[in-house]
Amino acid sequence: MVVAENPRVRKKIKLTRADTVFNITVRVVAVLALVISLYPLYFVVIASISSPEAISLGKVVFLPKEINFDAYQFVLKESRIWSGYANTIFYTVFGTVFGTAVVLMAAFALSRKELWGRNVIMKLMVFTMFFSGGLIPTYMVVNGLGLVNTRLVLILLGSVSVYNMIIARTFFQNTLPEELFEAAELDGCGTARFFLQIALPLSKAIVAVIALYVAVSHWNSYFTAMIYTTNTKLYPLQLVLRDILILGQSLTNITDASELEAMAERQRIAQIIKYVVIIVSSAPAIAAYPFLQKYFVQGVMIGSVKG
Amino acid sequence: MKRVLSIRRNFVLYLFLLPMLLYVAVFNYAPLYGLQIAFKNFIASEGILGSPWVGFAHFEKFFSSPLFGSLLANTLILSLYQLVVSFPIPILLALVLHYTPGRKLKRITQTATYAPYFISTVVLVGMLLVFFDPTSGVGTQLLRKLGMTNPQLTMDPEAFRHLYVWSGVWQSTGWASVIYIATLAGVSPELHEAAIVDGATKMQRILHVDFPVIIPTAIILLILNCGNVMNLGFEKVYLMQTSPNLAVSEIISTYVYKIGLQGQQYSYASAIGLFNNAINFVILIAVNQAARRLGETSLW
Repeated sequence: MVVAENPRVRKKIKLTRADTVFNITVRVVAVLALVISLYPLYFVVIASISSPEAISLGKVVFLPKEINFDAYQFVLKESRIWSGYANTIFYTVFGTVFGTAVVLMAAFALSRKELWGRNVIMKLMVFTMFFSGGLIPTYMVVNGLGLVNTRLVLILLGSVSVYNMIIARTFFQNTLPEELFEAAELDGCGTARFFLQIALPLSKAIVAVIALYVAVSHWNSYFTAMIYTTNTKLYPLQLVLRDILILGQSLTNITDASELEAMAERQRIAQIIKYVVIIVSSAPAIAAYPFLQKYFVQGVMIGSVKG
Repeated sequence: MKRVLSIRRNFVLYLFLLPMLLYVAVFNYAPLYGLQIAFKNFIASEGILGSPWVGFAHFEKFFSSPLFGSLLANTLILSLYQLVVSFPIPILLALVLHYTPGRKLKRITQTATYAPYFISTVVLVGMLLVFFDPTSGVGTQLLRKLGMTNPQLTMDPEAFRHLYVWSGVWQSTGWASVIYIATLAGVSPELHEAAIVDGATKMQRILHVDFPVIIPTAIILLILNCGNVMNLGFEKVYLMQTSPNLAVSEIISTYVYKIGLQGQQYSYASAIGLFNNAINFVILIAVNQAARRLGETSLW
C-alpha cells in the first residue's frame, strides 16, 4: 500500500524518466538527420580536391587527402559548361519574368468577385493539374507551332503553373480587403493601376515566392530541353551535366597529339572531374538557398491554406 | 444584360486573365484535343482530323503486349513503395524537430535537411552513380566492408527500387516536413498545458494532442500523392535506367517516351499515355471519395 499512499510523487519521477529518454532520443535523431543530410554534400566537396588514388583506397572520409585542384582546371576550361550556364541563366531569367507576370495577373483577376465566370475558369484550370494530354500530344502541339529547337519553348514551358496561380490567388484573397478596392475605386483608381501600385507592393512576399519557385524549376529542369531540342547550342546546363555525369561523355575531345599527356591525365582523374562538375553546377543554388529559404517556407505555408 | 455589363465594366480584369488562359488553352487543352490520335492511326500528312479512326485497337495491342504486365507492375510497385516510405518519414522528422530541445540544433538541422531539395535531379542521379561506381565509389567501398561481394548497385535490378526511393527520401524529407512543422506550431498551447497538468508525457502529448491536428493535413497530402501514383517522376527514373536494370526500371512513362518520340509511334504511345492518365485520375477520385466518407477531409 506504500505505492497508493504517495502516487503523485512516484508518478512524477516516472514521467521525468520517460521524458528524459524522449529528449535524448529526439536529440540523437536530430543530429543523425543533420549528418545524413549534409555528409554526402560534404563528401563531394572533399573528394573534388583529393587524389583519385586516395579516394579509391577509401582514405578520404573526413578530410581531403593529397589536396590538388587539377580537376577544376579541366572543368573550368570546358566550354560546354559555360555555354550551358549562359543558356540556363537566359532561360531562367526570361522564364521567371514571364511566368511570374502571367501567374500574378491571372491570380489577381481570379481573386476578384466581380469577375463573372471565375468559378468555371478555376475549375477548368484545376482540371489540368490532374489530367493532361500526355507527352506525345503536347509534343505535337509544340511541333505544330514550330517551337521545336527554339529558345522560346525552353522559356515558355514550365514557367506558368496552375499551382502557383492558386497560391497567389489565395494570398490576394486573404490580404487585400474588399474595402481597399472600394476606396481606390472611389478615388478614381483603375484596375491596372490598383494592381501595380497597391496590390503588388502589398504582396511582395508572394511575388518573391512565385518568382523563386519558377526560377528553381527552370534552373533544375532537363526534361523540356531533352524533349524539345536537339541543337547542342541551346542545351541548358542540366542537359550538359547529364551528358557528362550520366552518359559518361568525356570533356571536349583533344585531338592535338601534343596534348596526349593531358588526355591520359584526364582519364586518371575522370571520377574526380565528376565531383567537380557537381560542385560547379550546384554551387550557386546551394549558396543562395540559406538566404532564400524563408521565402520557400512562406510559399509552403500560403499554399497549405485551403483556397 | 447584367452579365454583359459586368464583363464590360471589368474589361481590364479579363485582359489580366487572358495570357494565362491562352497559355492553358495552348499547352494544356490543345494536347487534350490531340489525344484523339490514341483512337486513330496518325498519319502526319493527313493531320489529326484526316487520320482514320481505329477505335480501341491501340489499347488492345497494348493490353495483349507481353510488356503490359511488367510495365504496369514496375510502375505501381515503385510508386507504392515510394508512397509508403516517403509519407510517414517527414511527419517523424517534423515531430523530432518540433520537440528538439535547444533552438540552435533545431535551426541548424532544419536548414541542413532542406539543402538536398535544391539539388537537381541530374546532379542527384550523378551523385548516385559516382558514389556507387563499381570500382571507385565510396558507397561501393562501404558495402564491401559490410561484407557484400562485388556490389554493383547502379546495374543491379534488385537495388534499383531501393536506390530510387531512399535517394528520394534523402532529397525531399526535409522539404516535405515544412508543412507539418507549420501545422505543429499552430497547435494551441492551452491543449499542451492541459495535458501537462494531467501528467501526460511528451510521447502521450504527441499521440493525443499533436496527432489529431496533423491528421487532416496528412490526409490531404496523401490524397494528392495517391493522385500521382501513375505519374512517377519520369525524369529520375529515366536517368537511373541502365540496360541491366531495365527489367524493373522500365515504367509506363519512360516506355511512352521511347516508343513515341524515339520510335515515332505517335498513336500507340498516346494510347498508352492516356491509359496511364485515366487510371491515375480514377485512383485520385476513388481515394478522395474514400477520405470523404471516412472523415471530414477531402480535396473537394
